[in-house]
Amino acid sequence: MIKRAVALVLLLMLGGIFATLMLGYTPDSELNLTARYYAERTAADLGAANIVTAIVVTYRGLDTLGEVTVLFLSASIVGLVLASNRRPALRVRTPVGELLTTGARFLVPLILLLGVYVFVNGHLTPGGGFQGGAIIASGVLLLLLADPLRHFSHHVIATVESLAGLFYVAIGLAGLFLAGGFLDNRLWPIGTLGELFSAGAIPLIYSLIGLKVGAEFSSMLASLSETEEL
Amino acid sequence: MSHLLPWLTILLCIAMLVAAIIAIRGLSSPIAILAAGLVSLLASVLFLILASPDVAMTEAAIGSGLTTFLFFFILGRVRSSENDGGPA
Repeated sequence: MIKRAVALVLLLMLGGIFATLMLGYTPDSELNLTARYYAERTAADLGAANIVTAIVVTYRGLDTLGEVTVLFLSASIVGLVLASNRRPALRVRTPVGELLTTGARFLVPLILLLGVYVFVNGHLTPGGGFQGGAIIASGVLLLLLADPLRHFSHHVIATVESLAGLFYVAIGLAGLFLAGGFLDNRLWPIGTLGELFSAGAIPLIYSLIGLKVGAEFSSMLASLSETEEL
Repeated sequence: MSHLLPWLTILLCIAMLVAAIIAIRGLSSPIAILAAGLVSLLASVLFLILASPDVAMTEAAIGSGLTTFLFFFILGRVRSSENDGGPA
């Protein structure tokens, strides 16, 4: 009884905080200083049509490197914890149904293609490496749903993941010597705004992030599917 | 169109609340998983209306795609180990 009353009071207080925030909110009539800088200078300076991508990959590129590192750490920890109870190789195969098997066979290539499209076009359209990587991982998960005993090569996943991370940092360091600073995208001419091969190194960096994120999520899912106990 | 947007937003929020309550009070696990995925899907539409397509894409890919698949995968694992006779 007291537990419920306390929960209710806390909920009401939280609601009150949100209500005061909402009632005191007035939309800005113009962009603030930082936002205006990004909105006006991104296309001219970096050649990226999608301003969000320009901020994520170049202006705040170091933060993105940190995020990728955090994801890498969690993937390795999941692998470490789950590696101790790998299940034996032979296990009874449970039927999953015709619809799922055929549907997965049809959809997985399309899902993978969409994921690649999303991260290759990160500098032109909404989305990018993280979204594309998650889409690729959901394709891998669909494969696992259709065939729970499918085995993914950890060696291939680890190689893709490591090489993508290595090249990401290498491009960042190259920016230090060839362009304005760490992770600067102007390693080569930025090209025409709106074309696929434009915005300097941004498409390359975001593709590497996409591969890295996809490989990390896939390795987590693969080790999850290979454990005996959940 | 623009004068309809506040109402669409409110409608989406109500639908999200209903889906969330179904997810908590759901009759069966598959329905609860689908309702939780629906919350994410509606949230991504809401982000799109609020003019942030990048966030909407992340929400749709991770929240309603990957998480829903993952829940179903785990549900399948739990059920198959129950069929084997007790937890494996």
